[in-house]
Amino acid sequence: MTLTTPDGLTGSEAAARTEEYRWGFETQIETETAPKGLNEQIVRYISAKQNEPEWLLEWRLRAFARWQKMAEPNWAKLSFAPIDYQDAYYWAAPKGDKPKSLDEVDPALLETYEKLGIPLHERAILAGVEGAENLAPSDGRQVAVDAVFDSVSVATTFQETLRKAGVIFCPISEAVREYPELVRKYLGSVVPPGDNKHACLNSAVFTDGSFVYIPEGVRCPMELSTYFRINAAKSGQFERTLIIAEAGSYVSYLEGCTAPMRDENQLHAAVVELVALEGAEIRYATVQNWYPGDKDGKGGIYNFVTKRGLCKGRKSRISWTQVETGSAITWKYPSCVLLGAESEGEFYSVAVTHNRQQADTGTKMLHLAPQTRSRIISKGISAGHGRQTYRGRVKIAPQATGARSFTQCDSLLIGAHCEAHTVPYVENLCRGGIVEHEATTSRLPEEQLFYCQSRGLSAEQAAGLVVNGFCREVLQKLPMEFAVEADRLLQVSLEGAVG
Amino acid sequence: MSKSKTPVLEVRGLHATVEGEEILQGVDLSIQAGEMHVLMGPNGSGKSTLTNVLAGREGYEITAGEILLDGQNLAVLSPEERAWAGLFLGFQYPSAVEGLANTTFLREVVNGKRKREGKEPLDPLAFLRVLREEIAKIPMPEHLIRRNLNVGFSGGEKKLNEILQLALLEPRLAVLDETDSGLDLDALRNVASAIHRQRTPERSFLLITHYQRLIGALEVAPDRVHIFARGKIVRSGDAKLAEQLEQQGYDALISEAA
Repeated sequence: MTLTTPDGLTGSEAAARTEEYRWGFETQIETETAPKGLNEQIVRYISAKQNEPEWLLEWRLRAFARWQKMAEPNWAKLSFAPIDYQDAYYWAAPKGDKPKSLDEVDPALLETYEKLGIPLHERAILAGVEGAENLAPSDGRQVAVDAVFDSVSVATTFQETLRKAGVIFCPISEAVREYPELVRKYLGSVVPPGDNKHACLNSAVFTDGSFVYIPEGVRCPMELSTYFRINAAKSGQFERTLIIAEAGSYVSYLEGCTAPMRDENQLHAAVVELVALEGAEIRYATVQNWYPGDKDGKGGIYNFVTKRGLCKGRKSRISWTQVETGSAITWKYPSCVLLGAESEGEFYSVAVTHNRQQADTGTKMLHLAPQTRSRIISKGISAGHGRQTYRGRVKIAPQATGARSFTQCDSLLIGAHCEAHTVPYVENLCRGGIVEHEATTSRLPEEQLFYCQSRGLSAEQAAGLVVNGFCREVLQKLPMEFAVEADRLLQVSLEGAVG
Repeated sequence: MSKSKTPVLEVRGLHATVEGEEILQGVDLSIQAGEMHVLMGPNGSGKSTLTNVLAGREGYEITAGEILLDGQNLAVLSPEERAWAGLFLGFQYPSAVEGLANTTFLREVVNGKRKREGKEPLDPLAFLRVLREEIAKIPMPEHLIRRNLNVGFSGGEKKLNEILQLALLEPRLAVLDETDSGLDLDALRNVASAIHRQRTPERSFLLITHYQRLIGALEVAPDRVHIFARGKIVRSGDAKLAEQLEQQGYDALISEAA
């Protein structure tokens, strides 16, 4: 057990850095952590902490044994110091039992929610205030929130309302206990533990994350949202999200992520699995704003994430939308396996790399059935010494007759020291399968900036408007409540990039 | 117009280079409040360089002389600060920005101005009311505000959108660069009357053009006409000078001046 301490910044340094990354605060809260390092005992510790059944512990142990033999993927265009897996904590949680009333909630935790911009009404629910669920949200917004603080889910809102619709939205740790058949059936069915080293690590040590189940024919009555927050020093975050949409159902889900500013790198290796059955639709959006490190590339999150959706049923649909402005290193390829005939996969992405950030991100669309469709719209913005690679794979299997895939991949460069690369892999094994790929790379147009400036807008405002226009097609795909936030995030992350 | 008043624009002995080459070679120009001046010149005479230098575009370097707007030295100001000082540049080729709604852009511009004036920003609905009034006055088709900024606009629509911005920004001096280029006769007439409606006793205009036809379309003749050649003003006169130019051509008038 440790009490987390501030990371040694002077007040003014901290203030200066907070302007650049305003989610960089650390919550002073008592944290319970596992002993440092990673071994079989730690895996057992995590499993025991979550009161898991024997089958899951065995699943974890098998993954751990496999992980030890696996090599890290090395094909991405990323350079970083090797990860010391032993120099990290694999379990960190706010100390104590789940609060039963507001009095039991650590005020620091409440303050964290406030700083994260979670609406007051939802903060009350998150804090577990009796009866808060029945209050109408002041702004009319209906979003169910699950908040994951370091390794554990601290609270989920609107559970009762959702339950009435038959929707299950709860921490995955709870789902393991309450709905073991569902979890056991689908866990690892889309991203098997041996998929890659990062996913394998997650399988061994995953802590919390969200579980969503939408029954047949149900349209989820509200947006579902999870906030992930890494707080504790030297801790990794390994959440696991599993969403199952039964035949004819619909769900829209959004995740947001932040972390304190720290000089050391922290590892985030999440796994997200989506399963859409016949005619079901899952829209999954991410606004990722992990701490990107400072101007010189010190600190920041290593974001190594495996996200994959399985369009299992006929006419099912999965769409990934991501706005990635954070992390020091991003390694992420939300993908769709189009197994059902006439199923559709979509990927809409905005990624920003500024200062010394590096991102190797893109998608995979695997067309395994006839008449499947995929659409990829990727907008990459690189500024400062940022380095960005779009990596996309489109495969049309021999049996996928009439399959079509379209990719539009645009890169915008700001300044003379950044990089943008586009690496498309296309495998069209089906006669009659159609794969289109368009790519552009351009500099932020000086004449557009000058035009805006001549109307009295600052260079930064001007760049913001032009960049926002560049990303519009993707931002439009976000749920309304978050599009505004994403827009603001873009502006903040490009501060100092022009002018 | 009394000459004792401080001119709105005063350009003195202005020299400027682009990529090391001297394009402006001693421009002198003085415009009083409420006056409309026309600057005419052949292609390559440096007219567009002058507008870019006035507006402070990157890559245009002043090597000598000064530009005063209401007595304020513009040379030390950034493009946006010049706009704040009361300068408006109407572009020959206004930028088109994909994905940026015209209304969003215009609201940013207007709220920026309101902020400088210590006024509350307008929310989208309140702004739409203001915008509709201005559009009716220009007049321009309302559907243009729902499009992306200048994307898919015809030549005439782009120019009307420039005048709309002029109306919203209420500048002291409007420099309109080749406003007549790419317009058919009807569009030219519409733009000319839209410009006319923006005239006030305090606001000055500098119209930059290659042809006399814009002047012909104006409802009131300009106060002064200047002929620009080889990077400076070589002749000045009243509106008759433009007619003379139309008849004799640039070469005759310029060589006469030399």
